[in-house]
Amino acid sequence: MSERVIVDPITRIEGHLRIEAQMDGNRIAKAYSAGTMVRGIEIILRGRDPRDAWAFAQRICGVCTLVHGLASIRAVENALDYSIPPNAQLIRNLMNGAQYVHDHVMHFYHLHALDWVDVVSALNADPKATSDLAQSISNYSRSSPGYFADMQKKLKNFVEAGQLGIFAQAYWGHPAYKLPPEANLMAVAHYLDALAWQRDVAKLHAIFGGKNPHPNFLVGGVACPIDLNSDSAINAERLAQVQEIIHQMNAFVEQVYIPDLLAIASFYKDWGSRGEGLGNFLTFGDFPEHGMSDPASFLIPGGAILDRDLSTIHEVDMTASDEIQEFVAHSYYDYSTGKDGGLHPYDGETSLNYSGPKPPYRELDVDQSYSWLKSPRWKGHAMEVGPLARVLMLYAKGHDQTRELVNMTLNKLDVPVTALFSTLGRTAARGLETKVIGDMMQTWYNNLIANIKAGDTKTFNEKLWDPSTWPASAKGVGFMEAPRGGLAHWIVIEDQVIKNYQAVVPSTWNAGPRDPSGQPGAYEAALADNHTLHDPQQPIEILRTIHSFDPCIACAVHVTDPDGEELIQVKVR
Amino acid sequence: MPKDQSIGEALRARGISRRGFLKFCAATASLMALPPSMVPIIAQALERARRPSVIWLSFQECTGCTESLTRSHSPTVEGLIFDTISLDYHHTLQAASGAAAEAARAAAMQENWGNYILVVDGSIPVGDPGYSTIAGISNMDMLLETAAGAAAIVSVGSCAAFGGIPHANPNPTGALSVAAFIREYGNRTPNTFAADAAAQAAHTDISSKPIINVSGCPPIPVVITGVLAHFLTFGKIPDLDSLGRPLAFYGQSIHDRCYRRPFYDKGLFANTFDDEGAKKGWCLYKLGCKGPTTYNACATTKWNDGTSFPIQSGHPCLGCSEPDFWDGGGFYKAISTPTGDISRTAVYAIGAGAAAGVALGALNRAKRTRLQQTHSKVGIDDLDKGG
Repeated sequence: MSERVIVDPITRIEGHLRIEAQMDGNRIAKAYSAGTMVRGIEIILRGRDPRDAWAFAQRICGVCTLVHGLASIRAVENALDYSIPPNAQLIRNLMNGAQYVHDHVMHFYHLHALDWVDVVSALNADPKATSDLAQSISNYSRSSPGYFADMQKKLKNFVEAGQLGIFAQAYWGHPAYKLPPEANLMAVAHYLDALAWQRDVAKLHAIFGGKNPHPNFLVGGVACPIDLNSDSAINAERLAQVQEIIHQMNAFVEQVYIPDLLAIASFYKDWGSRGEGLGNFLTFGDFPEHGMSDPASFLIPGGAILDRDLSTIHEVDMTASDEIQEFVAHSYYDYSTGKDGGLHPYDGETSLNYSGPKPPYRELDVDQSYSWLKSPRWKGHAMEVGPLARVLMLYAKGHDQTRELVNMTLNKLDVPVTALFSTLGRTAARGLETKVIGDMMQTWYNNLIANIKAGDTKTFNEKLWDPSTWPASAKGVGFMEAPRGGLAHWIVIEDQVIKNYQAVVPSTWNAGPRDPSGQPGAYEAALADNHTLHDPQQPIEILRTIHSFDPCIACAVHVTDPDGEELIQVKVR
Repeated sequence: MPKDQSIGEALRARGISRRGFLKFCAATASLMALPPSMVPIIAQALERARRPSVIWLSFQECTGCTESLTRSHSPTVEGLIFDTISLDYHHTLQAASGAAAEAARAAAMQENWGNYILVVDGSIPVGDPGYSTIAGISNMDMLLETAAGAAAIVSVGSCAAFGGIPHANPNPTGALSVAAFIREYGNRTPNTFAADAAAQAAHTDISSKPIINVSGCPPIPVVITGVLAHFLTFGKIPDLDSLGRPLAFYGQSIHDRCYRRPFYDKGLFANTFDDEGAKKGWCLYKLGCKGPTTYNACATTKWNDGTSFPIQSGHPCLGCSEPDFWDGGGFYKAISTPTGDISRTAVYAIGAGAAAGVALGALNRAKRTRLQQTHSKVGIDDLDKGG
């Protein structure tokens, strides 16, 4: 059998992305990943006040709702050599840490879980047995038979009312779903619990940034002042609320997320042997103790791992023109230097040129340009970024807690260490780093309290706020570890305004198309790694691996035959 | 299967008492600032119907509006989508992908033709249909096709309402708001793979579809759900201001409702971040606060279950619920300060050169008067501000 399967849009992600993959029988031979939406925010940023840039950049994404704001102010601060007070650094760490915990839990339950959890099967669960299961893996309090019976009744009424809403037309009953009904019911209950939990813990962003989504940031520090004698600043009451939220976050991670992750993973161990792809991993590093200029103080170290070799961590220079480059050979952009060369982001160009098929279209020409994403490369290598890259980096660098968590997970699941390099490993790594970051939030909070106790309430450095104090020209890079992976913004400032702005985002590394030499991006490589579709009309296997990356773009998937000719439009019953 | 089960029946079947149901209605009424006498009317309206179908299309957007929807504490997103509406197409939340997702959209349109609510977030690029596609279909064509059977359109977020960030200068993709797009292209026949050829043949001009603009970047969580609740309860769109926004949430400026307003009146301002004024909660006007020219409910409902709003957390208001706020001349420049680039100061330049307080007062009065005069009814032609 050879055919092309079209899955467009891939849902339960952020944004718009399309993938084409080529089938060899039931096996995916090649896959192609294509972003299908462009706004031109890099173009819009030109000529603006660099202090305003964070708000524009932040709107690149509303799911990882603060990361682009943070990368942007770091880029400006790096360009101007603008230092920020320790309290501002701690508050930014707390905000980014909260983003991780919030984002990863929502990804697991609301974006990824339905690839593994059959909602309809939950109707057949025995509530008492579900309670026994839940209590055997966690001390989470909402675990009584009555709780699960109520949940099941709700679900039953919902299904019987005949309007399935967000659950309509899904692949329920597909043989790839392996969980017993009780595990399905437990997961559905926690899907709803997580919805309620997330809107409460998002309040941490509102306390420091005024709102969530899209909390506010400030070049030179943070906008929220600290004054224990003010009713309109960060005071004891607000700090107590932050502490409460940190407890609430970590309780859910420990009592619900991690136990569910391990319980569900134990039914899908075969997913520890597919979906790796590149074997190259990249981190930029983040969560400084002493500011961005001291990488040695980062919780997460930066570096590159090639070919799974954890014994050699390569150094990464964000400013070297021959290290990080973006290519557009298969992207809908023009470079003044031609389609085949790469450009370092300082010299990066954003010139839109849609050359794909005229909509409405059924397939892309993957030999030509096929994506609105560029193809970033490090020293010519395609790299994976994200939780798996970070966990491997922490592991390689000997981070004790990470080593313990990884070893505990491998032991509990009884899988070999190679299972880390897989769809399952990626999804597990996300959970494990949530635990690491969640625990660190308590440390940052304690440090913030200690600073305030010692009399330091400073949150903003006014020194370089006035643009007249800036050099005539400056350039800088703001990098960070966003929940979805290494993120960096490069800014060139001239005469107090932005001359060039380039963002290379995690999903560009992971979801980008092929480069001029034909090297696939991470999604493309992962889908080509040991994927057999049980039913090409219900390609749940593709969703599992794509979702394991937590895409930040709306996607679409095609599957072409080896010679790329025969086209079968897939209709899902 | 009780396919035509009403919300009231469904709630009772779910073991929710009459009393509990009325409590929900009372909460809804108070959210919409309605008198208690309206509670039985709300209850009646909610009891009658099946859960109305909602189709949510995401175009040039960042998913911040959907994230905001999930942050609503009352009504909650799970209450909304499991008990109140049937969210039949929504990329971020729906289980089905690809052809199955498109089948869900087609089925919802067919079964609820003329009655479903179409929610749109994101702007629509007209510069090239290839700038944004879903399932190979351009945003323009998907909007034309889906809007044809909608009872009303809710443009959620400043991108859908006014063009938003994609529309910011120099608008590289030719991005338009929903209202501006429909005004210009609403009589076109959509060019899609319409499974239902009859629906395409029956396609009519959508220029007269009612549109509610729920602006903000993103809108306040409870404002999104509150507007939907209003429409579902009363079966008609709420009264709107001249920019198509519900008066219940966009009727007053942030400045007029701000808890720091007394300090503005006393002339007490923060002069920089982290100074004495900033710590004491004085007015952020000099730091660029756009509260005086921004109409939204941030200062009253606040954000995230009343936790805070930007000004309370020390940052000036960006003005994110106003058209073209991205091109307002700088987020940290006081609104009466002339800026270098005239093309980017369309909205706020009005106050330029005049004594700050006087100019603001005059601007507020003029704008309020104009808004109050036009609050009753607006048509498509009035909604082209984001154009």
